Amino acid sequence: MPFSKKSSGRVTGSGLRTSKSGLVATYAVLTIAAVAIGFPILFSISLSFTPLEDIINGVFIPTSLFLDNYVNAFEAQPFAQFIVNSVVVGVAGTALQILFSMLAAYALVFIPFGGKRIIFLIIMATMMIPAEVLVVTNFQTIRAMGLIDTYAGLILPGVATTFGIFLYRQNMMQIPSELKEAADVAGLSRFQFFVRVVVPMVMNTTVTLAIYFFLVTWNAYLWPLVSTTNNTARTVQIGLRTLNSSEGLSDFGMMAAGAVITSIPTLLLIFFGQKRLQEGMTKGALK
Amino acid sequence: MAKIVCKDLKKSYDGKTEVLGGINLEIEEGEFFILVGPSGCGKSTLLRIIAGLEGVSSGELIMDGKLANEMLPRERNLTMVFQSYALYPHLTVRDNILFGLDVKKVPKAEQEQRLAEAAEILGLTDYLDRKPRALSGGQRQRVALARSVCSHAPLCLMDEPLSNLDAKLRASMRVEIRRLQQQLGLTVIYVTHDQVEAMTMGDRIAVLSAGRIQQLGTPLELYNHPANEFVATFIGTPQMNMAVAEVAPEGLVLNGGLTVPLSEADRAKLPMGQRWKIGFRPEQVYPATATSVHDTEVTVVSSEMMGNETLIFFDVAGTLFTARWQGQHRIADGATLHVSLDPRYAHFFDVNSGALLRAAEDLDELGVRSTSAAGAAAAAHIEAAPAAAE
Repeated sequence: MPFSKKSSGRVTGSGLRTSKSGLVATYAVLTIAAVAIGFPILFSISLSFTPLEDIINGVFIPTSLFLDNYVNAFEAQPFAQFIVNSVVVGVAGTALQILFSMLAAYALVFIPFGGKRIIFLIIMATMMIPAEVLVVTNFQTIRAMGLIDTYAGLILPGVATTFGIFLYRQNMMQIPSELKEAADVAGLSRFQFFVRVVVPMVMNTTVTLAIYFFLVTWNAYLWPLVSTTNNTARTVQIGLRTLNSSEGLSDFGMMAAGAVITSIPTLLLIFFGQKRLQEGMTKGALK
Repeated sequence: MAKIVCKDLKKSYDGKTEVLGGINLEIEEGEFFILVGPSGCGKSTLLRIIAGLEGVSSGELIMDGKLANEMLPRERNLTMVFQSYALYPHLTVRDNILFGLDVKKVPKAEQEQRLAEAAEILGLTDYLDRKPRALSGGQRQRVALARSVCSHAPLCLMDEPLSNLDAKLRASMRVEIRRLQQQLGLTVIYVTHDQVEAMTMGDRIAVLSAGRIQQLGTPLELYNHPANEFVATFIGTPQMNMAVAEVAPEGLVLNGGLTVPLSEADRAKLPMGQRWKIGFRPEQVYPATATSVHDTEVTVVSSEMMGNETLIFFDVAGTLFTARWQGQHRIADGATLHVSLDPRYAHFFDVNSGALLRAAEDLDELGVRSTSAAGAAAAAHIEAAPAAAE
């Protein structure tokens, strides 16, 4: 039965040999990548539990659970305040980015108006402008509005994101037009259709974007550095930088402790949201 | 008072090409009205205009006596069943059926009552908590119908609702939709490209082609008296056999190649002129008997045995004709066959305009003949032309 053998090609001898060598290569690449990515993290965790004297003497593996670095990090700078600031900015910023992206995409997909395509192309074109270029104008605007050192100043420049609009638009375009028409016939208003049908149907994209936006906001460095001058609104990434600025010898253990604390939300989000993140980025959500 | 009146309704998207070119029709309350035609004929556009999903370019749409050109869909008090069913994937069957009722401010208790009724009528009671993706095609279709039933709107628009179902399910859903319409006294406007659906379900049918109504009438009117060549070939399966016919001293010459002998009586009854388009329904092509006047010899191209009937395809000077005979006839491909092409049972159309000049005669009588006489004729055929039988 040559046909059936051919159709189940995966189990033939040659297929098996290819996949075996392929497997070895795959694991080799993955191992190198895992070491390259994992080493700095493990090294930081290790340093964060090691007393400074040991570090100076070249001992990087802690012999006991040394927690002073963490205590020092919180005492040297108002680290708890930084974390609160980051959480507020991250959550509020993410929520607003989701809201505005969703509404903009809804208009682009479901509301008929002239010049829709052009507007979308212009929005897409803004993706080519590097964020750094906008820092100066954004700073001037925020300063003119008196929003330096405020949460609003940290959040506002980032609430409109092309990436979010684009992803939502692509997702919403997959919603069959009959669903909108059925809603029209049933008597739903545009807003009711948005809330009852569109929002639940793009939930996958929302989860993906929420994780993504939160991580981007949490890890943001340049804008929080520019738009804050004191600790009232300063975020954790800037706080981390200030741990290094003390005079004389840097306390590497304390800095590592700060870095570990800072990366915990990132790691948690990626750990729990990994699947949704992959799904949202690759699949076109609900069909 | 007519439920819906279209007066010279026109639709054009670009201002140049007319998708609908002057539609005039009246749809009565409680009527099952079919819009049928090939793809792109404008039938769905007309339905969407009635639903309010598309605007009109000119003309008037009157619903319940009121001008409805500018009315929003929700103001028209209708429901619509879509080809794709338009079920919300994130909602359960229950919520899909009840979708929109709260917007219409139907009290909760009444919603539940309507839901129970609709689910009962359509056999969905056991599936109310499922999501649409857990349902089969037929069940999804029933959910879409239940939504219409639940809304208690007197007008229901259906846009090819059965085209995604398999043949068997389609046949049973045809009966179900018709029963539902009669039970609830709904006015239904039903769009389809399937002329079988049109013939079996509709009280009246409008046949559309190129944005214009070709004919409007009951299914049998369309079948027996097609207004033109388009309707004649569109209604009926297998479709009507068409050929150019010319009268000559030896008889009627089809496509310039096949001669059908004519009696004096036949000649007297021919329409004016010398040349026409002539159409024979497949069931009006009979096996020739020893006494047939219109006996003509043809070559069989192929045949299909359906069990209860046999379709025989034969060549008429370059055009494939189909004969539908009752019973089982074993006929070899390439065999010669004697068939009777009686001009009394043929439709004559103007060769240029395609308009009907003379419909086939005595179709009621024909009905009798096709059931009783065909069997006997078939038996005679096998005796008379044994060479043709395998």
